[in-house]
This record gives sequence, structure tokens and C-alpha cells, in this order.
Amino acid sequence: MKDLLAVVMLLGIYSLLSASFFVTMDAVDVAFTEAAVGAGVSTLLMLVAITMTGRKEHPTRHKPLLAIVVVIITGSLLIYGTLDMPRFGLAEAPIHQHVAPRYINDSMQEIGVPNIVTSVLASYRAFDTFGEVVVIFTAGMGVLALLSMVRRSEDTENIDSNNYSMHEQHLILRIVSKMLIPFILMFAFYVQFHGDFGPGGGFQAGVIFASAIFLYTMLFGMNTARRVINQAFIQILAATGVLLYGSVGVVSLLNGKSFFDYSALASDPIAGQHLGILLIELGVGITVAAVMIIIFFNFADRRNYSPNKDSENS
Amino acid sequence: MLIGLYNYWVVVVLMMVGFYIVIAHGNLIKKIVGLSIFQTSVFIFYISTANVDGGTAPILAEGIEQYSNPLPHVLILTAIVVGIATTALGLALAVRIKETYGSVEELEIQNKDNQDC
Repeated sequence: MKDLLAVVMLLGIYSLLSASFFVTMDAVDVAFTEAAVGAGVSTLLMLVAITMTGRKEHPTRHKPLLAIVVVIITGSLLIYGTLDMPRFGLAEAPIHQHVAPRYINDSMQEIGVPNIVTSVLASYRAFDTFGEVVVIFTAGMGVLALLSMVRRSEDTENIDSNNYSMHEQHLILRIVSKMLIPFILMFAFYVQFHGDFGPGGGFQAGVIFASAIFLYTMLFGMNTARRVINQAFIQILAATGVLLYGSVGVVSLLNGKSFFDYSALASDPIAGQHLGILLIELGVGITVAAVMIIIFFNFADRRNYSPNKDSENS
Repeated sequence: MLIGLYNYWVVVVLMMVGFYIVIAHGNLIKKIVGLSIFQTSVFIFYISTANVDGGTAPILAEGIEQYSNPLPHVLILTAIVVGIATTALGLALAVRIKETYGSVEELEIQNKDNQDC
């Protein structure tokens, strides 16, 4: 397929399908994340990117036959490797034998949170999740370093006039979305704070929160959105989330417990666990939302400025 | 017996599709799309191994004996969000390459580099 727009749209549909596949595999938290990230934010970012890089693909391929041979060799080796693997859905498979029974049987007494995924994510493997949050933060900073640019006042006026005509045309879309945005934000907070009991948590909530901001930005233009969310403020927020997460660990260290041992946070271990999970999920949510907004704003800004920049270069 | 392994084969086929796109296509955006298909195949691999016959979603409730394995869910949940962040970084690089070289096709970038030196 030569048209990248179609490719990106198909990728979005594919993500939505894999999200429904995850539901049938009982991985509700994963499905939630995939639906919000894969079908929503990822498609949007790809679309913004192809507006800048061009919609058509060059028809030439590099040595397609050689590529097919390499791919088929890799694939057949992998299939050969699967012959020893346990059957699909087998309860006695090695993956279900070691640490998983402890999470399933003891997490209610140790953590006191019904959603096992949340208790593993935020308590048993909190250090791991901390690493992931730092990776997300670093990726956000990478995008910022690659795409951010100094804003000039004359450009700002230009964009205002560009966007004005667009607003007149999409009146229904604007009004309906304006009504929807508060509900999306509210849903994000519900997902954030209900993550202990049902599917949800900081990662999903952050992405949903960010997508409400994206919707606002797409309808009302970058400038209005910039007035609502200041670039410097959102950058500080991204760092604050990581810092909040890390400092929960440091507090437990200072209390003489190990890193991310939440029983240090309150006199009752279960209450400490609840507080700790709440705080670090909040840290995750803030960082993810802020980084997604940073990434989207920088892509969108770049798109508005690239024509000016090209004329300067040539 | 062999038919019980079909989940791995679906994953392998998806991985092959993604891998082929990454190798054979010159367009950088297409390569990123290929990478994300590759990535999803790994997600599906983890999630399908977590599944247990007759199990349900790992949220504790009364009267449920068999739960799916929560650990792969945790790993993949974070991997998805990290995946979008790294994809965005890749797209940002592609945008910068477009601005500098005027193209995201590998061959054209190569030709331009050869002309310069």
C-alpha cells in the first residue's frame, strides 16, 4: 500500500482489534491501555507525523526476495522453537508455577487491593514500574530536544487567523466535543482512582487525560490550547510525576525499610500499601499525561512552523 | 497436541509481517509501522501465555477459583505505554530527517549523503 494515510488508519484498526483480543484473553487492564494508546494516541501521532513527512511512499523496495528469505528463515526457526512450548491455556505451564500463585493467593492479605494487576504493578514490582516511568519521561525529553522551537510573536498572529476560518466550519463538531471534554476528563480521574478495584490505573488515566487535551487542541487550535496549558508548566509537571514516584521510595528508605516498601508510610501496613499505591499511581498518571501532551504539542507546533523554516533554509 | 500451539504460530506470523516491513520498505514511517506490528506480536505472545483455561481476569472476587496470570499483564501494560513514547521519539527523528534531507526514503537520503562527500 503506497498511501501512508491508509496504512496509519489500518494500524489504528489493528490496534483496536488487538485490544479486543486482549479482552478475550482476560487481560482487561492491557486491553484498556491498548485501546487508549494504540487506537487513539498512536494513530493521532502517526497522522501528525505524515502531514510533515509526506503521504506517499516511494514504490521501490530493497531486495524484497532476500528480505522474504531472511524473514522466512527467522519464522521457521521460531516455529521450530515453539514445538517444546506448553499448550495454549494449560494451567500447569511453567509460567503459572513460580511467582504467580503468590500474587494470586497472598496479594489480598499483603496489599489489600482486589485488582492483582495493580498490586503487582504498584507494589510488588514498583521498582520496575519506576524504570518504565523514567523511560517515558526520557522519551518525552527526547522529543522535546528534537522538535521544540522558540516561538515568535508574529507567527502566533498568523496561526490565529488560519485557525479562525476552520472554527467557523466545524461548529457542530466544536460544540459536541466541548460538551464531551469534561466527561473525558472525569472518566480519566475515575480510571486513575478506581484502578485498585477495577481495570485502570495511572498509565491508562494519563493517556485518557491527554487525549481530552488533544481533542481540545485539534478543535480550538494550538494557540488556545497553549493558553490553557503552558509549555513550561507541563514540563515541570512531567518531572513532578517522576519525582513524586521516586520520593515515595525515598520516604520508605528514610524510615528504615527497603525502597518502595509502603508499610513505612503508615502505622498499619495495609493502609500504608493503599497510600503508597495511590501516590505512585498519581505520579505515573501525571507523568504519562504530561509527556503525551508535550509530545503532541511539539509535533503540532513543528507542523505549523515547518513552512517558515524551509523558506529560511533555502 | 500440535494444534494447541497455534497461539505461538499466530505470533510468529505477525512478527514475520512486521519484520518484513522493517527490512524491505525504504520509507521511515512505514518502518515505524512495521516496528509497532512487531511489537504487538510480542504483546500478544505474552498475553496468550498468561491465559489459563477457564480462568478469568485477575481481579479478586468471591467464588472465583481460577485466575489468569497477572504478571505478563503488568509487563505488557507498561510496555504499551513505553512503546508509544518510543514510537513518538522515532517519529520525531523522522520529522527532523525530513526537514534536513527533504525526504524520508532511505535511498534518497543515501544518495544525498553520497553527493555531499
